[in-house]
Amino acid sequence: MAELDRVEKSSHSLDKSITLPPDEIFRNLENAKRFAIDIGGSLTKLAYYSTVQHKVAKVRSFDNTAKEASSEKLYEISVQEEITARLHFIKFENAYIETCLDFIKDHLVNTDTKLIKATGGGAHKFKDLIEKKLGLKVDKEDEMTCLIRGCNFVLRNIPHEAFIFTKHADSEFRFQNTHPDIFPYLLVNIGSGVSIIKVESEDKFERIGGSSIGGGTFWGLGALLTKTKRFDELLQLASKGQHTNLDMLVKDIYGGSYGSLGLTGDLIASSFGKSATTDKEFSKEDIAKSLLHMISNDIGQLACLYARLHSLTRVYFGGFFIRGHPVTMHTITYSINFFTKGEVQALFLRHEGYLGAIGAFLKGAEEDNPNQYSWGENYAGSSGLMSASPDINPMQRARSGTFDMLEMDRLERKLVNLPLLEDPSSYVPDTVDLTVDPLAREYWLFCFEDALDGVVKRAVASQPDLPEAVERAEKFRQKYRHKLQTLRQQPFAYGSLTVRSLLDTREHCLNEFNFPDPYSKIKQRENDAALRCYQKAVAALDALGWEEKQFALVRGVLAGNVFDWGAKAVSDVLETDRDFGFEEAKQKLEGRKPPLLKTQNQNMSFSTPHHCCCCCLFQSGPPHKCAVFFVDNSGMDIILGVMPFVRELLLRGTEVVLASNSSPALNDVTNGELQILTETIALGGGSSARPVCVRASVPRRLDKELTIVVRERRADLVVIEGMGRAVHTNYFARLSCESLKMAVIKNPWLAERLGGKLFSVVFKYELPTPPPPAAPPMKEEEEEEAVFSP
Amino acid sequence: MALNGHRGDIEVNNDEDETPTKPLRSAREEMTPDDPADEPAGGTATTGGPGASARGASLHRPGTTRSDSLRRSRPPFPWFGMDIGGTLVKLVYFEPKDITAEEEQEEVENLKSIRRYLTSNTAYGQTGIRDVYLELKDLSLCGRTGNLHFIRFPTYDLPAFLQMVRNKHFSSLHTTLCATGGGAYKFETDFRTMADLQLQKLDELDCLIRGVLFTESVVVSDPSECYYFENPSDPERCEQKPYGLQDPYPLLLVNIGSGVSIMAVYSETDYKRVTGTSLGGGTFLGLCCLLTGCSTFEEALEMASEGESTRVDKLVKDIYGGDYERFGLPGWAVASSFGNMLTSEKREGVSKADLARATLVTITNNIGSITRMCALNENINKVVFVGNFLRVNTLSMKLLAYAMDYWSKGQLKALFLRHEGYFGAVGALLELLHPS
Repeated sequence: MAELDRVEKSSHSLDKSITLPPDEIFRNLENAKRFAIDIGGSLTKLAYYSTVQHKVAKVRSFDNTAKEASSEKLYEISVQEEITARLHFIKFENAYIETCLDFIKDHLVNTDTKLIKATGGGAHKFKDLIEKKLGLKVDKEDEMTCLIRGCNFVLRNIPHEAFIFTKHADSEFRFQNTHPDIFPYLLVNIGSGVSIIKVESEDKFERIGGSSIGGGTFWGLGALLTKTKRFDELLQLASKGQHTNLDMLVKDIYGGSYGSLGLTGDLIASSFGKSATTDKEFSKEDIAKSLLHMISNDIGQLACLYARLHSLTRVYFGGFFIRGHPVTMHTITYSINFFTKGEVQALFLRHEGYLGAIGAFLKGAEEDNPNQYSWGENYAGSSGLMSASPDINPMQRARSGTFDMLEMDRLERKLVNLPLLEDPSSYVPDTVDLTVDPLAREYWLFCFEDALDGVVKRAVASQPDLPEAVERAEKFRQKYRHKLQTLRQQPFAYGSLTVRSLLDTREHCLNEFNFPDPYSKIKQRENDAALRCYQKAVAALDALGWEEKQFALVRGVLAGNVFDWGAKAVSDVLETDRDFGFEEAKQKLEGRKPPLLKTQNQNMSFSTPHHCCCCCLFQSGPPHKCAVFFVDNSGMDIILGVMPFVRELLLRGTEVVLASNSSPALNDVTNGELQILTETIALGGGSSARPVCVRASVPRRLDKELTIVVRERRADLVVIEGMGRAVHTNYFARLSCESLKMAVIKNPWLAERLGGKLFSVVFKYELPTPPPPAAPPMKEEEEEEAVFSP
Repeated sequence: MALNGHRGDIEVNNDEDETPTKPLRSAREEMTPDDPADEPAGGTATTGGPGASARGASLHRPGTTRSDSLRRSRPPFPWFGMDIGGTLVKLVYFEPKDITAEEEQEEVENLKSIRRYLTSNTAYGQTGIRDVYLELKDLSLCGRTGNLHFIRFPTYDLPAFLQMVRNKHFSSLHTTLCATGGGAYKFETDFRTMADLQLQKLDELDCLIRGVLFTESVVVSDPSECYYFENPSDPERCEQKPYGLQDPYPLLLVNIGSGVSIMAVYSETDYKRVTGTSLGGGTFLGLCCLLTGCSTFEEALEMASEGESTRVDKLVKDIYGGDYERFGLPGWAVASSFGNMLTSEKREGVSKADLARATLVTITNNIGSITRMCALNENINKVVFVGNFLRVNTLSMKLLAYAMDYWSKGQLKALFLRHEGYFGAVGALLELLHPS
C-alpha cells in the first residue's frame, strides 16, 4: 500500500528558528528549474535541475606549420568555461520545510519555472504552504508511478545502486553490479502497508499484490503493545529483544526439530504463541522483536510467493520500513533467504529514499527527456550512505537536522559496455573490492591521503595566473580529506570502494574547485620531451631482427608505463631526478625476475613477457583486423612505449583504435592530447594508417562512439595498458577476442601483496574461451598466461 | 496380558468365531433406531439422529469384516488416536457399541472404567472437553461398530492428563498409544516415565491427510462434513451449504492451529507441504491476550465479535478517500493493519473489542492471502481449511470464504470441514488400526 502517513501532524511543529548552512545544501539555485518535491511521513525530498559552470582544460595544436620545426611546444593549453547539467536532490526533516522554502525563494532567480511536481502523502498537507512560499503551482503526481520512475532511473544510472545486506559479514553491504538490462524486477514497497509491483519496462508496471501487514502494523501494534510512540524507538527496542520469549518455536512444540519436513527447532511455529499460555510479563524489547520478526517474515514470504508466481529473481525492497535500517534489512533478508532457500536475494537501494522525488522530477522534466542521457553520481556533492551500524549512530533517523544530498552530473555521452566482453552481465571491472578487504582499504586510503599534498601542489601550479588558486586548492584538500575520512568510517558510502572510485572521487573534488587538469603542464613538458626521442627510438627498433624487435616493443610499452605521476614510487624519482629517462626506466625493469607465480583461479599472477608470447601475438595466423588499445599515461608512456607498438601493428595492416580518457586524471593522456599526438607522429604506412582516437570515459562503461567503432571495424584484439585499467580493473575480465593486458606494478605494497617486487610487470595474453565443442575440435591452446622466463 | 477386552492374545483365541452381523445388531440395541451401517451395498447409509451418521469406511466393508485375518490384525481395545499440538491436545476415542454379553463379561475392569469415564462425561478435569456435537455414531471401524468421540484439552494440562492415565492404569491395557503432533516427540519421555506408556510417534501431515480423507468419506450427510459459504460477499445472503467432496483432488489443505501449514494433496498418498506461516491461531490468541488481557480463545472470539476493526485498521479509503482505481483496490480494503494506531488520540479511541476484532481480521486475511498465492503457484482451485482456529469462529470462516472468492474473482473455492481440529488425531487412530 502506498506510503501515506499523515501521522506526525502534531508531533513536529514547523521550526523556523534553525539556521541552515544553505550554500552547501541548496546549491546552484541561481539557475535552478524544474522543481519536484516528495513529502513523506517525516522527511521531505526536494529535487531540481540546474547547470554548473566550471573550467575545463583544452589543448590546441599550434597550426603554424612553418614554425613547427623550431617550436618548443607541440600544443597550447587553455582553460575554458563549460556549462554542464546537474541534478540536485536534497532530503531533510519535514520540520525544516518552511525555512527551506524561504531559502529557496530568496535564491531563486533567473527562473521561468511555474510548476512544482509533488508526490507523497504529505504533498497535500503542504500544498498551500508551497504555493504561497514559492509562488509555484503544485501539480500532484501518482506516488507509485513516481516511485517506479525513480527506481528505474537510479538502477540505470548509478553504479552499485543495489546491494544485499549481510549482517555478520566483514562488510554488511555487498553491492551489485549494474546489470545492462534492469527489467523485469519486483519492487516491494513497505510503507504503512505493502505494495508489490512488477516492473517490466520503463512504462509498464503493475501492482500485482500487497499486504496490509506492513510498517504501519509494526508501528501501530508496537505502540499499543509497548507504549513506545516513535518508529525508530520501536526498532531500537526490537534490536535489543529476544523473540524466543514470546514466539512458539518448532522446538517448543517438538522438543527439537521437525526432521521429516526439514524444519529446524529454532524456527518460529507460532508468532506470539507463548504469550497466550504464559502468564508472565513480557519486556518491551522482546515484544518489539517478536513483532518485527512476524512482520518481516510475513512480508518476505509474500514477496517470495509473488516472485515465484511471476518468475522474477530480482526483488528490491523499499519504503519507510526499510529505509537504511539495518534491523529491518536484516530480518527481511533472513526471511527471503529462508523462503527461497537462497534462490532469490533481497536487494536494497542506496538512494531508496529519493525514488519518489526523482520520479516526480522526471515526470516534470519529460520534455527535456532526461532519460536520453546518462547521469553519474557526483561523489563530491553527494552525502553517501549513512552509517548502518546502530552502535555508531543509534538514532540516525531521529530529528538531527542532517541534510542528505545526492547530485548527479549529466555525462556527455551515453555510456555502455565494451561489446567485446565475453559476458557483460557478469562483468566486474574492479579487481579488488576495498569494501570487503580491510587491509587493502587501509593501505589505499592512507596512500591517497599521503598523496594529497602533492596533488594540491600540482593543482596550484597548474593555474599560476590565478592567485586565489591557493585558497581553492586548500578547500579541495579539506573536501577530499573529509571524503577519505568518511570512507574510513563508512567504506560503503558510495557503493563498493575501489581504487577507481577513490580516483574518481578525487577528480570530482578537483572539478568542484575548478582544477580541471592539475597535471596539464607536466604532461605538456613530458610529451614534448618524449617526442624529441621518438625518431631515434623507432630507428633503434627497426635495426633489430624481427623476433628481437617484437620483444623490444613489448618491453618498450612496459618501460613507458613506469612514467606515472600517480605512483609515489615514480613521482618521487621524477620530482628529484630530471634526467630519469626511458632507458633508465628500462633498466628499472631489467633486474626484475618474474615474481612468484600464483595462478589458482582468480589469483593475480605475474609473468614477464616472453619471446614466444610476443611472437605468438604477432606471428600466428593473419594480421589482426583491428586492435583496440586502451592507453594510460602521457609522455614517455604513450610516445616511446605505445606509439612504436602501434606503428608495428599498422605496418602489419592492422587497424588501430586508441582509447583514452575523455577527461583528465593525473597524467593520463586525454583524448584531446592524443588526437594531436597521433597527427604529429609519423607512424608510417601512409595517412590512411593513422589510428583512430576515441574516448573511453571510464574503464567500466565506455563511450558509445567507441562501441560503434569496435563493431564497425570488427576489432579482434584488445590491448589494455596500465595499473588502472589492467590491474585495478579488468584484470579478470574475459573478452570475446584475443586480449593483452600489460602493466608495471609501481606500488611497493601491491607488489608485495601479489608476491613480487616494485616494478614487477604484468603481462597477460589471453585467447577467448572457445565455444563448447560442437563440431570441429578446437585448438587445445587456450591461454598463454603465466609463462615463466626460460 | 490383558488385551482388547478379551482375556489372552487375540491370535491364541482364534477359535472364537463371531458372525459378522452379531456385533452390529448388538450395537443397534443401544443406538438410534435408524439403519445402522451394516448395509453399505447401496452406498447410501442414511442419517442417524441428531448426531452425525456414518457409513462404513470404504476400505473395510462391514459385510466381510469379521474374517479371521481382520480379527487377527485388529488391535486390542481401547482405541485412541492422539494429536499433541502446540496449544491443544486432541484425542479421539472409539467406543465400541457392539460388545457382546460374553465380551462384556470378559472386559477387564480398567478398560470398562475408562470407557465409562469418557462416555459418561463431557468435561474432564478443569480443562478437558468432549465436543459432543462432533461425535460420529454407528461408525464401522475394523469390523467393529461404535461411536467416535472427540476430546480436547490444552497442551499445558498434559501432566494432569498423564496423571489421570496413570490413575486409570491405562498401561495395564496397552503398550502403545498412537500419537502425532509435535508433542508426541516432545513428551515421549513424559509418557513413558509418568504413565508407563510407549508412544508410537506418527508424522503430523500423514495423519492429518489420512484423517481428513477418512472422515470426509465416512460422514455422509446432514450435517455433511464438508461445507462452503454461498454468497460470501453478501453478509445478508451468506449461507452455509453442504459440499460433496467426492472428487477432492487436487486440493490445498490449510491447517490453522497455533501456526499454519499448507499442503497440496494430489491423491491419498501423494501430497506435500507447500509452506506455512507462523501467523496462526496462536498469534491471534497471543496478541489478543497482550492487547486486551483476555485469557481464552472463546473470550477473545467473543470480544472480536463485538468489535469494529475499521477503527483500528487504515483502509484504502482512509488514504485515497475512496477506491484506489489506478491499482483496482476497493476503498474498503485494509491498507494497513493497525495503521490507525500510530497516534495516541486514536489509540485512546478504540475499545478492547475493536483490537480483538482487528487482530482476528489481520491474521485471517493474511492466511487467506498466503493461501491464495499458494493456490496460484500450485495451480489448485479448491482449498480446504481445517484446524482449531476455525472452531466456533464463523467470523474467520466467512472472511476466508469472502477473501478467496473476491481476490480470485470467483476462481477459488474455500471449503471447511466440521471436525476442523481433529483430523490429526483421527489419522493417528487409523494408523493404529491399519498400519501403513
